[in-house]
Amino acid sequence: MKNTAVSTVVKKPGILGRSYTAFILFFLYAPIFILITFSFNSTRSRSVWTGFTLDWYRSLFLDSSIMNAFYTTLIVAVISAIVATIAGTFAAVGFHSMRRRWRTPLMHINNIPMMNADIATGVSLSLLFISLGMVLRFRLGFGTLLLAHITFNIPYVVLSIMPKLRQLDNNLVDAACDLGCTWIKAFWKVIVPEIMPGIINGLIIAFTLSIDDFVISYFTAGGNVMTLPMQIFAMTRRRISPEINALSTILFLTVLALLIVINIRESKQEEKLHRGEDSRDR
Amino acid sequence: MAKELIRLTDCRMAFDNEVVLNNINLYINDKEFLTLLGPSGCGKTTMLRIIGGFLKPVSGDVFFDGVRINDVPPHKRAVNTIFQKYALFTHLNVFDNIAFGLRLQRNNGNKLDKFEIHNRVMEMLEVVSLKGFEKRDVTLLSGGQQQRVAIARALVNKPKVLLLDEPLGALDMRLRKDMQNELKSIQQATGITFIYVTHDQEEALAMSDTVVVMEGGVIQQIGTPEDIYNEPKNAFVADFIGESNIVDGIMHSDGVVEIFGRKFKCLDKGFDPMEPVDVVIRPEDVDIVPPKSGKLKGTVTGITFRGVLYDIIVDFHGFKWLIQTTDLCPVGTKIGIKIDPDGIHIMKKGAFSGMYGDYSSYSAEYDEISDAEHEQDQEDEEENEFVSS
Repeated sequence: MKNTAVSTVVKKPGILGRSYTAFILFFLYAPIFILITFSFNSTRSRSVWTGFTLDWYRSLFLDSSIMNAFYTTLIVAVISAIVATIAGTFAAVGFHSMRRRWRTPLMHINNIPMMNADIATGVSLSLLFISLGMVLRFRLGFGTLLLAHITFNIPYVVLSIMPKLRQLDNNLVDAACDLGCTWIKAFWKVIVPEIMPGIINGLIIAFTLSIDDFVISYFTAGGNVMTLPMQIFAMTRRRISPEINALSTILFLTVLALLIVINIRESKQEEKLHRGEDSRDR
Repeated sequence: MAKELIRLTDCRMAFDNEVVLNNINLYINDKEFLTLLGPSGCGKTTMLRIIGGFLKPVSGDVFFDGVRINDVPPHKRAVNTIFQKYALFTHLNVFDNIAFGLRLQRNNGNKLDKFEIHNRVMEMLEVVSLKGFEKRDVTLLSGGQQQRVAIARALVNKPKVLLLDEPLGALDMRLRKDMQNELKSIQQATGITFIYVTHDQEEALAMSDTVVVMEGGVIQQIGTPEDIYNEPKNAFVADFIGESNIVDGIMHSDGVVEIFGRKFKCLDKGFDPMEPVDVVIRPEDVDIVPPKSGKLKGTVTGITFRGVLYDIIVDFHGFKWLIQTTDLCPVGTKIGIKIDPDGIHIMKKGAFSGMYGDYSSYSAEYDEISDAEHEQDQEDEEENEFVSS
């Protein structure tokens, strides 16, 4: 009885269902697959496969403007992820300890920038930086690029830490104080380690988003600084080169790897949480 | 003579102008097992948190060993707490959880020696029968085991006083009984003062030296479990501790009380002649006899099998009593009752008179109780829902 009930609910997908899924996946990934394939093509042709080569990857690493963009991207990603994670952690702990009346609107304010169009964020930040720059005498450049990345990263860090804070026992800080901690010590010795998985997830997400960003960077980096996505954009405007394919492939694989890491981490944490709940019920 | 350890004088506590503790005066002796007992929202946990240092009273003083400690933060008090849901540190294993407090301790500015910490933790693991569990992840322990870790984590610091906030609330019935005995024997073995918060009256009666019954932020009665059960001060205490029939009576003279127009002998004295009083009769103190030889006659209107005995509801002149008996009396039986003088307890009329002790709506009362629990669950769910949105 039970088996039939299950099999009617979770029906195995038929031919139609399977081909539909395959169709969707094909449309999603075919362009990327073509991109990757032609990054190894031995001629400049974008339609005919002429043989395997790593030349385009080699020339990437010899191209100083590309390598500069790569270093800029890496430095901006590392620094902005770290700063945003620190700021976001304190913000999340602050939000969490607030009363609901204040916490709810503040969380909404935190969430709005994430849904805001990148172009709006980019233009508004650039306007802000330009007008502030008039007064304080600075120009768009590496500094403003970094500030912009920190800004758009913080909400994501807050969002990845909040669930961890909610899972904490309400009395955890009290328990630490009870056993001899001052409030500050309780924060470092108990709260931070307890939410560490969320902090690290936030760090990786921030790093990924920073590597990935084009629009906001484009408006806030000024004329002299370029990130990798900006470099690719600039290259497509000058000449179509297989180097772009190679560069895009590297970028795609990096982001893919980071996303896989985030997903594995999250599902492991989930699993641990459930196992814990099960054993507590016993 | 027992030595006084903690004293609360005129303590008052309010959150957002809502008074949760009013005029609390209480002293707690060294090595005593004292229970704060009351329904949820009576202020018992607030009182515990004041003693632990997590809350400051709005007015009034807290003394520890004769020293005023209102402004002493929790980490400087010789008091440790076991929290309702244990509040274990999930990023640490069993050993590190228990060692947490010891690693923070300073002896003349020096940390405790690693060897000593190890020995004391291992000793404690043995006390709570968790030997061999030191490397385990605390989230993978059962509820009872987590409870033991919480106990060990508090006791290893050798506190003068241990505060326990409904520590057995999350455990099932059998485990609860076992842990009650275990806690009691740990208390007797270590000589640590226990201040125990619970809403479970059976637990309070079984474990305590002294029970403090609270309601509405006010202490209703302080006494030994026997005192509280046998000599409740008012209708609230009589009803909250065990089951009670509370009826109106008139005190004719010392040792004679009139209930439903009949005179009964009792042991209580010192009331004015013809003073209206509340009369408490415990369901187990009523003897069922044939209708002819009974002082009062009534009809059985309800019966519930409780294992050892039956709870029967008997209608006397429209007022329903709960009687516990081992004899089967089917619904509709006419019975008579007798009550021995020591089965009758007389209370002065007070604020709670007429609010409790009537079993006319017996089944409804049980429903209310389960409803209340249900509401509690719903509140929790709402909290979670909010949290996940």
